[in-house]
Amino acid sequence: MSQDVLVVAEHLQGSLNDSTFEMLGMGKSLAGQLGGSCSVVLIGGDDAMVGQLGAADGVVRVDGEGLVDFNPESHAAALEAVVSAKSPRVVMIGYTSMGMDLASGLAVRAGMAHAASCIAVEGGERIRATSQIYGGKMNVTTDLGSGPCVVSVLAGAGPADVGRAEGTPTQENIAPPPTAGRIRFKGLVEPEAGDVDITTQEVLVAVGRGIGNKDDIEVAEELAEALGGTVAASRPLIDAGWLPKTRQVGKSGLKVTPKVYLALGISGAPEHLEGMKGASTIIAVNTDKHAPIFGVAHYGLVEDLFDVCEELTEKIEERQG
Amino acid sequence: MDDRDKTMAVRERTRDESFVESEQVILEGIDISGQWNRMYEPREITDYDLTYMDKLTDIPGAESMGWCYQCAQCIPACPVDTAGGDYGPRKIYRRLQTGTDIFQHQDMWLCTSCMNCLRVCPKEVDMIKIMPAARAVAVLEGQVPSELQEMFQSVAEYGNPMGQSARRRTRWTRGVEVDVRILPKDPAPVEVLWFVGDYYAYHGRGNDAAQAMARVFDHLGVDFGILGADERCDGDSQRLAGEPGLFEELAQHNIEQFGKYEYDKLVVSGPHAYNAVKTEYPKLNGGGEFPVEHYTQFLSQRLEALQPRLTKPFARKVTFHDPCYLGRHNGEYEAPRQLLMAVPELDLIEMFRCKQQGYCCGGGGGGMWLDGLAADHQVERLSENRVKEAVFVGAEVLAVCCPYEVSRFEDAVKSTGNDGKLEVLDIIEILDQCME
Amino acid sequence: MNIIVLMKRVPDLVEDLEVDDTGKALDSEYLKLTLNEFDDHALEEALLIKESGGGEVTVVALDDEGVDKMLFTALAKGADRALKITGAGEVDGNLQLARMFAQVIGEQPHDLILTGVQAADDRDGQLAPTVAALLEMPCVEVVNGVTPGEGRLTLHKEYAGGVLAEFEVDLPAILGIQAARQTPRYAPVSKVRQVQEATTLETVADTSGAAPSEFEVVVMTPPETGEGAQMLTGVEELLEILETKGVIG
Repeated sequence: MSQDVLVVAEHLQGSLNDSTFEMLGMGKSLAGQLGGSCSVVLIGGDDAMVGQLGAADGVVRVDGEGLVDFNPESHAAALEAVVSAKSPRVVMIGYTSMGMDLASGLAVRAGMAHAASCIAVEGGERIRATSQIYGGKMNVTTDLGSGPCVVSVLAGAGPADVGRAEGTPTQENIAPPPTAGRIRFKGLVEPEAGDVDITTQEVLVAVGRGIGNKDDIEVAEELAEALGGTVAASRPLIDAGWLPKTRQVGKSGLKVTPKVYLALGISGAPEHLEGMKGASTIIAVNTDKHAPIFGVAHYGLVEDLFDVCEELTEKIEERQG
Repeated sequence: MDDRDKTMAVRERTRDESFVESEQVILEGIDISGQWNRMYEPREITDYDLTYMDKLTDIPGAESMGWCYQCAQCIPACPVDTAGGDYGPRKIYRRLQTGTDIFQHQDMWLCTSCMNCLRVCPKEVDMIKIMPAARAVAVLEGQVPSELQEMFQSVAEYGNPMGQSARRRTRWTRGVEVDVRILPKDPAPVEVLWFVGDYYAYHGRGNDAAQAMARVFDHLGVDFGILGADERCDGDSQRLAGEPGLFEELAQHNIEQFGKYEYDKLVVSGPHAYNAVKTEYPKLNGGGEFPVEHYTQFLSQRLEALQPRLTKPFARKVTFHDPCYLGRHNGEYEAPRQLLMAVPELDLIEMFRCKQQGYCCGGGGGGMWLDGLAADHQVERLSENRVKEAVFVGAEVLAVCCPYEVSRFEDAVKSTGNDGKLEVLDIIEILDQCME
Repeated sequence: MNIIVLMKRVPDLVEDLEVDDTGKALDSEYLKLTLNEFDDHALEEALLIKESGGGEVTVVALDDEGVDKMLFTALAKGADRALKITGAGEVDGNLQLARMFAQVIGEQPHDLILTGVQAADDRDGQLAPTVAALLEMPCVEVVNGVTPGEGRLTLHKEYAGGVLAEFEVDLPAILGIQAARQTPRYAPVSKVRQVQEATTLETVADTSGAAPSEFEVVVMTPPETGEGAQMLTGVEELLEILETKGVIG
């Protein structure tokens, strides 16, 4: 086993995601602590992507027909082949939809320790990884021992710019192993357009479970209108069908960077924070003063969101009227 | 017979399980069969498919729907119809007759169980029995409006409709300078076991009333304690909305809690809890009754001590909204009024639809959690209709004594454009404000 | 089609969570466990598949103090069988849990295994891919939308931004469900009680020999809120902020 760090790049529709660069930054720092190198595994992808990975000590590529689009089966097998060949100390995988199909499986099949949803990894004789769990309410640090380990990393755990650099890292190619072909990719389905594009809005009034029921979203809509913005929502409301998918902010939704993000009745689970941390001004309203959202918000108000919405809408209309 | 007795008589008759109908009755030698107010088959002008009617009336508890003879006395009495909901027992009967499957129809869910229809029905078609029985079947069949389902889930999981932690029930006590005894921590005998209720515990405006209550009790030297995190929702609205199993679970839990302590009186904040503990809980308690009083009854019996302490004037025009479950259902119209009349300079004016004719706020029978459905089928909310009446009679303050009502009426004040014209206050808040 | 749904209970995030005296675990005094909401979605999806194409749904869970009610509720919703795994001892981590589930799955007829995409206490990975690796079965995570076929099924996997990927998967397979096609149905308390009275839960002893995670917790702490939010006292202040940001005139 080497003391190297391997970062698994993730890409969709021709672009590497931010997580890749965040992990590259963290990985380099970790490799420094371990006295090893930090390389990136690129499964599928293209030469242009390699050019963006200049910060890596090397890029290991696995290419093949079955690897052009993400496929849990073929990509997991490709990754295992790389891990088997390179014997790294730490494999970093994004805690994302694709990452979930890779991390746990790799850990079990390759007999590696595993920590999920990590915001930090520390290197040394023993690796320590800190996971953020329980909806973001607790950080748990696990001793992953002195053997090889897989760490799945939360988006936003590190700054992306550290890992971004143009360059021509050394490339190595590994042949894709054959697979049983039990999972077959059929195609991508784009989200329905036609509704508002929340990523271009300056003001977002986001609602979470605190809204209580579908009909009360009206209150947020009135406020959004008064502010010249749009209503967005966290995942549970979208899953319940109260708002279309195009309004979803978060890990499995959209990332937004509005001027003002008003989070109403949103507790602030990591999956949601991922989608809106970048907003210029985050104002959170929640009756729970311990809600994790207050850790990320710039301003907070511990009050009932309905009272706040009504009063705010009224006062704004007064000023405008 | 005074008003209270008349109301109670109706309730008693319809509760009497031994009430038997016979096709032929000869009483003291006189054949009184086929009396004018009894018909055993619906009169049909043409042939109707009575499948849906039969499905409903076959449910134990829902038989009385079949007795309707379409006189329509209930329609002007029905608050939902008045709010443009095109509703009432006669209309439901007609729709069933003409082929509406009530189990897939909004008619199942619009009733607030206010009992105004039963009050005027010559055939005693009893929606208070029909609705919970029919709704229980609908819920078992998976036909529940989603808003209601969510509420059931919250209550089932957390013991309150807000879906909040049981531990938070005592948070309101931090905002008052009275030592509130939490019985589970301090189980010595107590004069009053005060059943606080979900809205007083978890809702901002409810907290205001709870804190007022604590101060008033303290002023009067009432020895009281609360169940704290051991309290659960009283369950009555859940029972009426179609979850008798959930009601039983909650009731059994609460009964067990009551059984742990020695107390003289069980005082409730709300009429729904009053109805539950007075009428329904004994059925699960082997007939054992509870010394339960609504807070207005408890305090009106202590007017001698209370009156002198009401020193600050409340020179406003105040109208009182009779809560259905204290008034029509349980015959108490006077206690709240006695309290209001004891307040210095308070000008008590009545609305037209008061006492037995009181107009429902829309919160009962599950209505608190069906505003979405109501919005689809009514022109306005019942609470909006009522607020307009209060303003019309010249009231500046709408006094209530049911925890559901404050938030309903405050919303309605805003939505009817009466913000600033009508203040909504729980009676206990008024008393608190007037005590030094 | 034989569908197995793996269910687990996790700390309820509605409650305030506190660290216990060891500094490594949650304080259990006020801890309330609740069904992992994604597992509820997995059950709903299983029931929908059964209702549209036939099959049998078996729910499996580890024995613990409150699990019976959860299993009776699943049966009341329409599951055909409920299996309780007993005799497991201390359980720490999804790998251990996965080993126990894998053992049981191996002994039951199974075409499709569904479970939630993730859970609030996932410290050492996700259950679905872990079980899949142990059983050498194909697995797809973050599934929303399953269409069963003959010996295979089609599904949608969610990526960020609302993009979906369509996959065809051969059975037997394991899926981590993000969202069922509709909100999980409600089981009325009367129905759950009916089921409770009429049913004895099937139990199966744990023979996996699975041990708690060897990778121990060093420390557990609430996240630093950092500077955190500047707390406001009312709507007036909020209005001022909106004004300074140029959002309102």
